[in-house]
Amino acid sequence: MFDLQWLLIAIPLASGALLLIWGKESDRFGHLIGTAASAASFVLGVVLFAALLGHDAEDRSHAVSLFTWIDTGTFHVEMSFVYDQLSALFVLLITGVGTLIHVYSIGYMEHDERRRRFFAFLNLFIAAMLTLVLAGDYLVLFLGWEGVGLASYLLIGFWQHKPSAAAAAKKAFVVNRVGDIGMALAIMLMFAQFGTSAIAAVNAAAPGATDAVTTSLGLLLLLGACGKSAQVPLQSWLLDAMEGPTPVSALIHAATMVTAGVYLVVRSNAIFDASEVARTAVIVVGLVTLLAGAWIGCAKDDIKKALAGSTMSQIGYMMLAAGLGPAGYPFAIFHLITHGFFKANMFLGAGSVMHGMDDDVDMRHYGGLRKAMPVTFATFALGYLAIIGFPGFSGFWSKDKIIETAFGENLWVGLGALLGAGVTAFYMTRLMMMTFFGDARWKDDVHPHESPKVMTVPLVALGALSLLGGVLLVGDWIVEWLEPVTGHAEHHELAVPAIVLTLIITLVAATGVALGFLTYGRRPVAAETPADGSVSFLARAGRHELYGNELNEAVVVRPTRHLTRFLVWFDGKGIDGFVTGLADRLGDTSQLLRKPQTGYVRSYALTMFAGVAIVVLCLLAVTLA
Amino acid sequence: MTEYITLSMILFTIGAVGVLVRRNAIIVFMCIELMLNATNLAFVSFSRQHGNLDGQLAAFFVMVVAAAEVVIGLSIIISIYRTRRTTSVDDASLLKS
Amino acid sequence: MTTFWILAPVMVIAALGLLFARKAVHAALGLAVVMISLAILYAAQGAPFLFAVQIIVYTGAIMMLFLFVLMLVGVDTSESLRETIGGQRLAAAAVGLAFGVVMVTIVGQAVVSPTTGLKAANADGNVEGLAALMFGPYVLAVQFTAALLITAVLGAMVMAHHESLLPRRSQADLARQRLRDYAERGVHPGNAPTPGVFARHNAVDTPALLPDGTPLEASISESIIGRGQVRSGYDEAVDDMARRLDPASDDRADDEEGEGK
Repeated sequence: MFDLQWLLIAIPLASGALLLIWGKESDRFGHLIGTAASAASFVLGVVLFAALLGHDAEDRSHAVSLFTWIDTGTFHVEMSFVYDQLSALFVLLITGVGTLIHVYSIGYMEHDERRRRFFAFLNLFIAAMLTLVLAGDYLVLFLGWEGVGLASYLLIGFWQHKPSAAAAAKKAFVVNRVGDIGMALAIMLMFAQFGTSAIAAVNAAAPGATDAVTTSLGLLLLLGACGKSAQVPLQSWLLDAMEGPTPVSALIHAATMVTAGVYLVVRSNAIFDASEVARTAVIVVGLVTLLAGAWIGCAKDDIKKALAGSTMSQIGYMMLAAGLGPAGYPFAIFHLITHGFFKANMFLGAGSVMHGMDDDVDMRHYGGLRKAMPVTFATFALGYLAIIGFPGFSGFWSKDKIIETAFGENLWVGLGALLGAGVTAFYMTRLMMMTFFGDARWKDDVHPHESPKVMTVPLVALGALSLLGGVLLVGDWIVEWLEPVTGHAEHHELAVPAIVLTLIITLVAATGVALGFLTYGRRPVAAETPADGSVSFLARAGRHELYGNELNEAVVVRPTRHLTRFLVWFDGKGIDGFVTGLADRLGDTSQLLRKPQTGYVRSYALTMFAGVAIVVLCLLAVTLA
Repeated sequence: MTEYITLSMILFTIGAVGVLVRRNAIIVFMCIELMLNATNLAFVSFSRQHGNLDGQLAAFFVMVVAAAEVVIGLSIIISIYRTRRTTSVDDASLLKS
Repeated sequence: MTTFWILAPVMVIAALGLLFARKAVHAALGLAVVMISLAILYAAQGAPFLFAVQIIVYTGAIMMLFLFVLMLVGVDTSESLRETIGGQRLAAAAVGLAFGVVMVTIVGQAVVSPTTGLKAANADGNVEGLAALMFGPYVLAVQFTAALLITAVLGAMVMAHHESLLPRRSQADLARQRLRDYAERGVHPGNAPTPGVFARHNAVDTPALLPDGTPLEASISESIIGRGQVRSGYDEAVDDMARRLDPASDDRADDEEGEGK
């Protein structure tokens, strides 16, 4: 039964390849093939999940090896996949949300003449992402890792006729390469230290390894995770990646791919459990990104970029949770799943709004859309309530658990996470108010309208999931479900009862909502973005993405450019100079040697005579000696 | 005996230097003859030194070869003169392209 | 020994003449002096046969050949004093000096054993002794020498042989060419007119006169025209010449000065 897990990957992969090589005649139905492939994967995923539920907790990890991928001497890599509790959840999330987004894209991309290709790339992404989460070997995981990177690149730059989209795709690709170096080095280190890169074997060997090895491995994997999950300091590509079509932003840059870093950390839990330093680094990265993303989210007027900031921030939460060890892993995954629901929901909602607003992304041109787009508004509101942690919604449960665990780890980490919750509530309220409430600030020729059914149905489905995602926590189901994978956690006793902490979190979020409402709900919003000079330092920094690009420019790009210039100069003057100089000197010497070659016989005779004299002298010297 | 050899060496050196400094091909040729004659003198002197006639015979052979060489050399000079109207060895500097 | 000490300086000076003589003939004379002196030295060293051969072959044949070639290419040709190759003379002098000093001081002093003398070797006569060697142990060398000489003779003949570049033109060819010239360019096919015909004077430098009395340049040799020695064939010029040639004329000396006019 579980040997069929490769079909999960093969179906979308085959569909993607088919769509790419099939000619124009498939333009009419290509999107249907793509959606069907994704749906088929989802159905298979559900079947497998149901089958997994039927097994005992100890019997829920099913490995399958398709073939030997690399077999050179001592290096042996199987094309192996593992279907266990963790990957099962991911399969459901990826194929489920993926299928909904496929459906949504049918409507969203309807007027794009390259829709078939778009679906091919989407299918490619689904296949790569499934490879990533099902991989039983770090090298296979890396294959999927690069595959989603490629799909992300292709989809960000899908509208490559826009220079900004092409540049954003390139930026995402390059920044991801930095992270990939970490991944690649980590895999090499695993092989050097453990002689294998199989995930199970590495996790088994990690507790016995030295601190230096586990710390290096942890930090290298964290670097890879930072690149893929847009965590500080490799966060800069995510906001630019919003240049891609909105379904892409929803699927890849909100729900699934960017959470791959969290998956990687959770999957490598043995390594991080063995290294305190690496775990602390994960917490710091998560906390910093959490606050930085929230900050950026407060300042952006572009609805997609505000949501992207929010995504960064929410992944920061997951990272933070993943850094908290076995106690945090289940909640990281839990928040990952609920976030996948509500953020995909909101991105698709944003796409629906853009669809109705003639692709305008500036929230200052929105306002009062709740009447024009009731379904979008309603579903978006569900996502909104989920992310701010409105009691009962999915985000409430997952975020609450993370903050609670953070307080169990360290007071300051907990306070940071709590602050993040408040800020989240503030910027989401701001977004909500600017988009759906207040006066209409539409441009004259814009006529907002509700999106077609094919787009609203996925919205409704995701809205429902946003509302109901919390059921996973019923009776600590997800914690027990994931325990065989992530390990058992000792229960931390908090200083205050959990219910009090929950109340505090809700209170903080409510404060954020209130602030947002007071700032953007009660007062009219300017239809044009205020100039940089007229806003506070905080907003200015947020708008400029906390100067991350400028930092990269100063720290990496400019020194590299100088180094390149120097190398060019050195190559031109040094290497070439040496070579041409050598040639010139040889030429000069040859010119000098040419002098004796006069062509006059007498000159040659003189040389000969001198030679004779020298030979005679030598003979005499030998004889006399 | 030493004085004969010394004279022979002096004549040989003069001939050699003459080959190097003179440009008229005929004079160069004469200098070569002078060198040959100087060696002949040495041959004859050593012949007397050792008390056998082999040296004299060698000198005789040198004379024969010199006669043949003069014939050929002079005809070459004539040919060059006929085509180039000069007997200067420096004008025949075709070894340098 | 006296012979040697008399001849040695003479030989060296004559040899140096080879180096410094500007004219090739002087150099050849210097070489002849050296060769004759050498012949005498051979005789003094118990080599009468070589004495004779040196006189006959070198001085008689080879030197004559040199002089003969010198006459052929021009006795007057003396090379310019300017050296064409920079530093050649200085370098040659330096190398020659070094070589000479080494040879004279070391090789010249290399004789260690006492002189044996040729009394015993020449007991049966020098010529007989050489003949015994020549047709005894060295007979093969003599054979090769013979081959060498014959080859040299053949080589000299080949070298000196003048090769004509075009086929020889026969009388018929010339006649045909003449008529072709007449047909194409109107050149008179017959003999060129002789000078002096119908002129008052029949010398080679006086052109013939045409019936109308104008001089005909074609009747005079081109070389005379080239030298500008043509006399006009007119009456005045002829009279003038006649007057000058007349022994009784008074103004003969004056006219001789203006001969070139």
